[in-house]
Amino acid sequence: MPYGLGLLKGMLVTLTNFRRKPFTIQYPEERVPQHPRFRGEDFVWYEERCTGCASCAKFCPLGIIRIVTRPSGMQTQEGEKYALEVFDIDLARCMFCGLCVEACPYDALHMGSGFERARYTRKDLVMTIDELRRAPKRPSTWFRPQLEGKGYNPHTDRPLEWHEVGRHQAPSLADMQGRWVEER
Amino acid sequence: MTLQGEPVIINIGPQHPSTHGVFRLRVLFDGEVVQDLEPVFGYLHRGTEKLAEERAYTQIVTLTDRLDYVSSMTNNHAYVLAVEKLARIRPTERGMYLRVIAAELSRLASHLVATGFFLQDLGAFATPLMYCFRERERILDLMEMLCGARITFSYMRPGGVFQDAPPDFWPAIQQFLSEMPHYLDELEHLLTENEVILARTKGVGILPAQVAINCSVSGPVLRASGVQWDIRKVDPYDVYDRLEFDIPVGTHGDCYDRMMVRLQEMRQSLRILGQAVRDIPSGPARAPVPFFLRPPPGEAYAHVESPKGELGFYLVSDGGISPYRCKIRSPSFINLTPLRELLRGWKMADLIVIFGSIDINMGEVDR
Repeated sequence: MPYGLGLLKGMLVTLTNFRRKPFTIQYPEERVPQHPRFRGEDFVWYEERCTGCASCAKFCPLGIIRIVTRPSGMQTQEGEKYALEVFDIDLARCMFCGLCVEACPYDALHMGSGFERARYTRKDLVMTIDELRRAPKRPSTWFRPQLEGKGYNPHTDRPLEWHEVGRHQAPSLADMQGRWVEER
Repeated sequence: MTLQGEPVIINIGPQHPSTHGVFRLRVLFDGEVVQDLEPVFGYLHRGTEKLAEERAYTQIVTLTDRLDYVSSMTNNHAYVLAVEKLARIRPTERGMYLRVIAAELSRLASHLVATGFFLQDLGAFATPLMYCFRERERILDLMEMLCGARITFSYMRPGGVFQDAPPDFWPAIQQFLSEMPHYLDELEHLLTENEVILARTKGVGILPAQVAINCSVSGPVLRASGVQWDIRKVDPYDVYDRLEFDIPVGTHGDCYDRMMVRLQEMRQSLRILGQAVRDIPSGPARAPVPFFLRPPPGEAYAHVESPKGELGFYLVSDGGISPYRCKIRSPSFINLTPLRELLRGWKMADLIVIFGSIDINMGEVDR
């Protein structure tokens, strides 16, 4: 093989790529399309579904979810025994593994799909209960087959109400007791 | 008048772009020739093994993502296999196939990064690297469909994977499998007969097979020296014993062979992916395993063929919800063993090339 032919072949490859359309995305103006399953920052939390059981806080590998509840005197069967006072997610240390969402037995907590929550202080990176109440309810379909089955897309579709995101009806007390005995 | 020269120690410091992370080399130079060297690492030590001792078995999956951050899936795979061995869990069939698909996609992404940065070290500034990263971006899009993340996947769980693939994943991966071979042809056109690459890599940094075996090197670095050793063949895990693929082997063990072994491994990965996508059975993707798993007291060691070599997890259980000891046998760390033999007598410019051809990852070296 004569000297220089390999270089020419390489140049031919770069030349064909030179004629192609650039694949760079000019980020703030254009955006890469995200999949509905994307695990992102703004957690979606439905207060109506949450019982304050703190499964999410228990399952979090970093322990960054802080929950404080007080007895509210509601019916146990209705699934609302405790009223929430504090529900903080410290996004500064969150790694978005989604184990809290996997743990939630009532589908009250969902991943969001944002990635632009930069702030100037660490204090602002903590999502407090008020912010979670106000946040737009566009849940990601990550680990939520009932949303994926409906073909829900959090980037384009409307926000969902609390009664539209559940897997099933609330379990009865006997079911709950049975589950805890079997699974310990 | 003659010049009086004496050997000088030069520090190729922790923040050098071609050390692939925070890796420091103290090299004794005689003029331009390497006489002796001492690698210094530990700048990225995060204590993963100790952190694993105070977390539940499922939570450690999120820690393993941070070891080799270019191919997180293989780390998940090795860890999950070790837990399954320890707790005697049988994963579901579909879960095993999905794990193989995910691991091979990860291998493709890692080899693309390795090849791209190796050429960057040679001085092919940015062009081949950008081509490699363009294709890796498509793999990351597939991963995002699968598990909602692009780098730190946390996809696997003891007993399978956490969730089945979405329905739009299958057409996307079929399209990827039909287009990727053309791209690999393009990359080989660009690289294999290029005179500059041949001059810089042929016969540079030869690692004899005997030395490689004595240094316990594994992965593409060992295979380039002519040793047929692949964990997927010699100790098959999951469903690799049902899939057909070859082990590409080099002849001389120089930098060129190490690059070519990786390029050919990508083609074999595409073969495996095609078979796995064709044969995948239906059924549940995950066996019912409790989150706070309590394996019986004992020990287990499981290893997989990661893109860098043999990655193993050794777990000791005392019956609690977290392991008593978790030891990680990381391939990048052990592939650094023959570094002194490889580099002695070569020049400074070759040092960077040889070091880049080993393809280490500091997240895994320092753990």
